Amino acid sequence: MREVAIIGVGMTKFGELWEQSIRDMFAEAALKAMENAKVEKIDALYVGAMSSGLYAYQEHLASLMADYVGQIGVPAVRVESACSSGGQAVRMGYIDVASGMHDIVLVGGVEKMWDVEDGTFVLATASDQEYEAYNGVTFPGLYAMIARAYMERYGLTREELAQVPIKNHKHAVNNPNAQYPFEIDLKTVLNSSMVADPLRLMDCSPITDGAACVILCPLDRAKEFTDKYVKIRGVGAATGPIALHDHKDLTRLEAVNIAAQRAYKMAGVGPEDIDFVEVHDCFSIAEIVVAEELGFFEYGKAGKAIAEGQGTYGGKIVINPSGGLKAKGHPVGATGVAQIIEAYYQLTNQAGKRQVQNARLGMTQNMGGSGGSCVVHILEGM
Amino acid sequence: MVGIVGYGAYVPIYRIKSATIANQWGSDPASIEKGLMLIEKTVPGPDEDTITIAIAAAKNALKRARIDPQKIGAVYIGSESHPYAVKPSGTVLIDALGIGPHVHVADFEFACKAGSEAMYVAYSHVKSGEMEYAMGIGADTSQGAPGDALEYSASAGGSAFIFGKENVVAEVLYTHSFTSDTADFWRREHQIYPRHGGRFTGEPAYFKHILGCGKALLEKSGMKPEDFQYAVFHMPNGRFPLKAGKELGFKQEQMSEGWIVNIMGNTYSGSSITGLTAILDVAKPGDLIFMVSFGSGAGSDGFIFRVTDKITEVQNLAPKTREMLNTPHKVYLDYGKYVAYRKKIQFNEY
Amino acid sequence: MANSQRYTREIPHRYRLEAQKFPSGFVSLPNRYVDPISGKKEFEKIKLQGFGTILSYTIIHIASDQFKLLTPYAVAIIETDEGARVTAMITDTNFEDLKIGARVEFVLRKIMEEGASGIINYGYKAKVIG
Repeated sequence: MREVAIIGVGMTKFGELWEQSIRDMFAEAALKAMENAKVEKIDALYVGAMSSGLYAYQEHLASLMADYVGQIGVPAVRVESACSSGGQAVRMGYIDVASGMHDIVLVGGVEKMWDVEDGTFVLATASDQEYEAYNGVTFPGLYAMIARAYMERYGLTREELAQVPIKNHKHAVNNPNAQYPFEIDLKTVLNSSMVADPLRLMDCSPITDGAACVILCPLDRAKEFTDKYVKIRGVGAATGPIALHDHKDLTRLEAVNIAAQRAYKMAGVGPEDIDFVEVHDCFSIAEIVVAEELGFFEYGKAGKAIAEGQGTYGGKIVINPSGGLKAKGHPVGATGVAQIIEAYYQLTNQAGKRQVQNARLGMTQNMGGSGGSCVVHILEGM
Repeated sequence: MVGIVGYGAYVPIYRIKSATIANQWGSDPASIEKGLMLIEKTVPGPDEDTITIAIAAAKNALKRARIDPQKIGAVYIGSESHPYAVKPSGTVLIDALGIGPHVHVADFEFACKAGSEAMYVAYSHVKSGEMEYAMGIGADTSQGAPGDALEYSASAGGSAFIFGKENVVAEVLYTHSFTSDTADFWRREHQIYPRHGGRFTGEPAYFKHILGCGKALLEKSGMKPEDFQYAVFHMPNGRFPLKAGKELGFKQEQMSEGWIVNIMGNTYSGSSITGLTAILDVAKPGDLIFMVSFGSGAGSDGFIFRVTDKITEVQNLAPKTREMLNTPHKVYLDYGKYVAYRKKIQFNEY
Repeated sequence: MANSQRYTREIPHRYRLEAQKFPSGFVSLPNRYVDPISGKKEFEKIKLQGFGTILSYTIIHIASDQFKLLTPYAVAIIETDEGARVTAMITDTNFEDLKIGARVEFVLRKIMEEGASGIINYGYKAKVIG
């Protein structure tokens, strides 16, 4: 297998993009990435999107996007794995380049979430439709049940849980693409409206429009295009039970652990070698459980550790320097690609005020549903 | 011997007090409580309808009958609030309880009499030898228009009866029906609330049919009111059944056990027959029970039951009716919650 | 939303709690073809008796449109006495009586209506007992 590099990135601002359609957003991100990488023609295209059908009534997305970024003729395919669609698209692009099939591959993710009124219904399609969603459980509801089980088992307090979004909002202040680049305090979290007890609005990632794209090429060709590139050093993906109730332990997301172990093994590194991580904090509790599954903290310990500052600058590991899904925004299919973009900025020293000093190895973790799928990447600065 | 081999009732946990409704419309609560003799009524939960109530009652009947559901040859649900205009309630029930598919199923409608009608047909099937067991159910989530007198009484609940020839707990001794075309109360297709003829629902309708049927039943059986331990009549309010019973020659103490309307309201197809379950819950071997239902339109079905010595074996096998009516888990609704639960206000279509 | 075709297919599970028991002891309410634990394909058909214990729960305040009128309502993950894991809405229960470890009984209830003209969806819910 060939080694693979990321040579350019592009994304829209994340937020309520009333003026832009799904194709407008994707085209903006894709053309920015191509310009950034200085490529005019691509050999293949992958696009991650969770539910363009329900959100925008548009399937056959990859063909549409190839057309609208001026690349008719290329092979193009959409990748779907609920909220991990973007990260899974990056993995498919990686496999494509690594295999030698294609050289210049555009990988993007996109979601147009603000065009539908009942987004809660759409998101719940990532759960078991007949055995979870049918019975009235929402997506926040599933994570609320993880939170309740975790809080009861490990004694995590409501106030400690609130520290996750507080930290992520603080990080987002320095991210110009973030949807909510402002700080929040404990009162804001605890007084925000209840969504699914014990999770409140400020525990939940927002509804976001946005697109993100990266350009991949063989590592040995990267220099032809740019001197700002990073290497994809480890890739791991895994599946878990689709239904939360089938998780043997409700405080765990085993697929995250399996995916991480695969990525660590491929990269030949361990958690102690990672300088920062972008995790899938779709809900506050998710960041805590994921940080444990990735090996940064012992089981039951991440909540308190993050509350004590171990997940930010100067702590054990910087978690979500971008602001995470909570504050940067979570346009579902774009999220996994946007995480890669954050890692690219950090590892090429372009992260501005949120730069993690001397960052050499970064990790991204993107997951679907209540842990039904997960994909982890380890990136290395050159 | 042909009769009831298993019976079961079900009432929801939600209630609204007559006083709450009276206060909503500026009426005098005391006149409702004393005049109609209605203290409170049952209200279906937002996830309950005639089908779920019928299923819950039928489950209780099966617990008492202790028979293989597959042996039930017919299931009839009587109701004036079948959730579908077209598509049976009974099909949901048989699939939920593991009855059939080799089973005869039909939904009945005859205002408040549909439940006793279902029992009558089920009983006749067994008596004819056509089948080993048959089930008759009456259940309703009846609606009264906001501000109408019916709003104080129209309630939710139901009862189910399995008829058979073995292990009978209450033998059917006599039946009689009395029917005429009387437009005292009706609901046209596509209408939400029924209309009624006010005082016309009394003498020319309720009393004429209950008394007509009751007298004929007494005559047919050669029995006298004093032969019976219990009597129960359709209960559109508290007053009517007591008056009708008195006119037939029954005394208050014979009627009090089945007279549950003051705390249940009028469960329409489930009214007199749920009163019957309350009686069966406490009846002793050998007791005689006199029951006459009434359905507007109009007609009455009368039954005479003799309780057997098997009754004591089954009384405790499922929740008793008065226990359900007096459950400590009762939830009282305010008027706003009540109209929302009963969908009496216009919601958005999603 | 479950259209009538999809709805009808799930009736044995939703109305009667028909399930499968695999050699490893894993019990599945939905149809499965392979035991997720042992990988074996043999199973025995069983009927869940309708009792279980709450493993976790939440109270939903923001629901999708189809459940909007029921909010706030509780949903729980329940382990039935046979070992099946089931997600079910909680009905007829005070929120104060909800706790991890609480005993529940399954009842058949209306889950949702598909608008004013669509089919009515029934299925299991659970209520906390004693």
